[in-house]
Amino acid sequence: MTDFLYENVIFRLIYCNLSGSSDKCVNEYGYVQGIFPAGFEWLAFLLAGFLLAFIFINGILGAVILSIWGERRLYGRFQNRLGPNRWGPWGLFSSVADAIKVMFKEDVVPSDADRLLFNIAPILMVFPVFMIFSVIPMGIGTFVVDLNVGLLFILSVTSMSGLAVVIAAWASGNRIAIFSGLRAVAVLISYEIPMALSLVGVLMFAGTLSLGGIVEQQKIPFILLQPLGFFVFFLASLAEINRTPFDLTEAESELGAGYLNDYSSMKFGIFFLAEFAATIGSSAIITTVFLSGWKGPDILPSQFWFLLKLVIVLIAIVWVRMSWPRLRIDQILELAWKGLFELTLINIVATAILVTIWPNPTMGEIWIMAGINWLVAIPSVIVVGKVLRRKDNKTIQAGRDNEPYPVGTETLAPSLVNKVGEK
Amino acid sequence: MSTTEPITVNLGPQHPSTHGVFRMRVTFDGEEIIDVEPVFGYLHRGSEKLAEERTYTQVLTLTDRMDYVSSMLNNQAYMLAVEKLCNVEPSPRGVWLRMIAAELQRVASHLVATGFLIQDLGALGTPLIYAMRQREYILDLFEMLCGARITNSYLRPGGVFMDAPDEFWPALDKVLNDIPNALDELEELLSGNEIITSRTQGVSILLPETMVNASITGPMLRAGSVDWDLRHRNPYDFYDQINFQRPLHSSSDNFARFWVRIQEARESVKIIYQCLERIEPGCVRPSFHDVPRLIRPEPGDAYAAIEGSKGELGFYLVSDGSIAPYRCHVRAPSLINLTLLREMLVGTLFNDLFVSFGSIDLNMGEVDR
Amino acid sequence: MTDEWNGNSLATALAGENPDAIESCNRTDVWVKGEHILQICFTLRDNPEFGFDLLNSLTAVDYLDYFEVVYHITSLKKNASAVIKTKVGQGRNNPVLASVVNVWRGADYQEREVWDLFGITFEGHPNHKRLFLWEGYPGHPLRKDYITYDQSINSEERG
Repeated sequence: MTDFLYENVIFRLIYCNLSGSSDKCVNEYGYVQGIFPAGFEWLAFLLAGFLLAFIFINGILGAVILSIWGERRLYGRFQNRLGPNRWGPWGLFSSVADAIKVMFKEDVVPSDADRLLFNIAPILMVFPVFMIFSVIPMGIGTFVVDLNVGLLFILSVTSMSGLAVVIAAWASGNRIAIFSGLRAVAVLISYEIPMALSLVGVLMFAGTLSLGGIVEQQKIPFILLQPLGFFVFFLASLAEINRTPFDLTEAESELGAGYLNDYSSMKFGIFFLAEFAATIGSSAIITTVFLSGWKGPDILPSQFWFLLKLVIVLIAIVWVRMSWPRLRIDQILELAWKGLFELTLINIVATAILVTIWPNPTMGEIWIMAGINWLVAIPSVIVVGKVLRRKDNKTIQAGRDNEPYPVGTETLAPSLVNKVGEK
Repeated sequence: MSTTEPITVNLGPQHPSTHGVFRMRVTFDGEEIIDVEPVFGYLHRGSEKLAEERTYTQVLTLTDRMDYVSSMLNNQAYMLAVEKLCNVEPSPRGVWLRMIAAELQRVASHLVATGFLIQDLGALGTPLIYAMRQREYILDLFEMLCGARITNSYLRPGGVFMDAPDEFWPALDKVLNDIPNALDELEELLSGNEIITSRTQGVSILLPETMVNASITGPMLRAGSVDWDLRHRNPYDFYDQINFQRPLHSSSDNFARFWVRIQEARESVKIIYQCLERIEPGCVRPSFHDVPRLIRPEPGDAYAAIEGSKGELGFYLVSDGSIAPYRCHVRAPSLINLTLLREMLVGTLFNDLFVSFGSIDLNMGEVDR
Repeated sequence: MTDEWNGNSLATALAGENPDAIESCNRTDVWVKGEHILQICFTLRDNPEFGFDLLNSLTAVDYLDYFEVVYHITSLKKNASAVIKTKVGQGRNNPVLASVVNVWRGADYQEREVWDLFGITFEGHPNHKRLFLWEGYPGHPLRKDYITYDQSINSEERG
């Protein structure tokens, strides 16, 4: 019942040290003496599982703390200022201080709130985010579990965060929060579809849903083979984790903090943690599926390559967040249904044809496939962009016969007049 | 069969994007706005009542605190009204200095307006900080001029209270060199970013007839291609000796309003260069023999208006012969430009609410006074 | 440069259409009788001779025995400006004036402000509420007989 877990290095280390006399450990790995006597393998199995989960969850928490700090430092760089630099070396502990501050704040529950749902929502929010990490291979032998339906598992688990947002919004009894909840549902439902469809091409190439399998199948990173898939998946995951330009749910300049308006203290902290963990999670998925996961030159351990790629994707997400404003809701939904959906269909058709032509491609054929895919991707993105761009810009009084007011552009320089005409 | 019903949301006064403490009662049908009712008064400090108990020079400090991102312009409007009331002949160097200060302040105000537009659009502070950085340099210049950055109180009846120090002029040259680059940067962001153009163009269009009827002035009116700039139409100070262009735009939407502001800031730089050519050494204010410290104007009234950064900024002063104004009324462009808020917002989406609202470029200190 | 209408000539020009409406005039201003203000404003806006399409400012002054409402108006087409004044509430009784919102939308908030701070009622205003202060605030602060909080304390101390 537990065979597939034994490939896991961390799990094997713990398990075999606890029950060394088990058949599995003695024969294959040479453990002789375990802590537990024979007959207690089930306890060793349980303890090893708990310890593994403990290590991973705490690792993620530490990563979140680090990523908050890193994101703030990056904000500082992008905005020509220093960023946090007071607490600890280079301000490393500033997010630790934030966490402590959040814990000691008063926990306020609004009188109109639905207490039960209000308290459940943060847990519902953070739960699926940690589930994502359970199937991601972070290096050779460094994973919790390698499900053979890993990708499907991720897609289904991430859908739960929308439910959590709606519950949080509704339970707050706050009209602005309800706006945020409704927007979250609209955006999440719209972007689930292109997100799932953009992975179909990857699955056709890899032939497996297991994330470990997908990484092993990547002779070259799938971003080269699947540019359209990567493009759509990146945008869709930005929408799923509520980052600019799709951060309608929080929309600080409109909704304050959206569904977080009434949350304080550690409940707010958990939402905040879930948000950053989700960012790391989706970067991890992008790294695994499109950037060949832990693969890299052998001079450094596989875990390092995974982390390096993860950080690069994180920086890209922060970069987008720092420079772009937000789209309007109709534009966001239009992009999902009229833009990304079509792009994924093009991608699926192109990939299906290529896979039918070369069922077992050699290295040279893979490069040919990549070239054809890029040739399909670039024109289709440009065409979809042109179609989506609005053209019905109205000018109020171009060519009016009777000008009632001192109207004119006679004082403008010719260069400016041309600009006015174009717009 | 399900039915929907509109939802009324109270936005403000403690909302992050209301540019101060403004409150709107907005009724939504889904995401679409179907009714807006503004509620004023959360920053009402009774400046007009306070002015009745202060001398003419002391009222100056109250004007600083009305539109606190363009206090030099407030000073200028108030001093023009006082000069008109007292028939003071201003000294030329003082007038050139206050024109330089006013145009610098106009650039600063337009920078803030544009920075906050992109902030309202949802960018996380980066463009705002780029705009604010340039404004800081301008505020440093003000610090050299009068020792204050925001609440300047630099002007006096007939000129300014102190000549500019020697180090001001090279610093001014440096800032004037930098401003066009900063404006290029902002304009490229504004008209080069697909998200910004697609979100601002064609939104909240106002017809010029409607705007004139609703007393809307300033960049908003010029974005509707109405060529109405008081510096050009009714030159005060020495603006009749200056050549400058009035940028106009024909679409009268949110994009046009900000485009006009950026072009106006460019023109302000040119105006300052012309002022620098013409300024000559001399007194910066009339002697105390001509204009005493405690002014007692003849009974009467005077209305003077300037082209402020937000629109026509006017002061209506009534004197009863005493040392304090009998009545001091401010024609606040921020307040009056809000008249068409409902027309601008109804029919647009929630996302555009604060963009359209910010495109008015109002300042709550001036709206509520 | 904006041409400022001479009060006397403006009064003469206005008297052609509304002979009873003009109360008095001087070099700069024209005083209009309160009951004719709406009619005069329509004339000022619609008559092509005047064409005043922009209401710069609308405010009021408390002259102790009456209130004076001041209209600063501008014609964008002709680049001309004028000042119209009206005396209302003689003897501080019942200050009522017709609203000019239907002539110039820009009067909307300014009339509400005058009602709020001076207590002059504008008949026909579509949304006749206080602007800055809340409903139920005692008195109208810009009136000269309004006793401020500081003044009320001082008068109590003096007994």
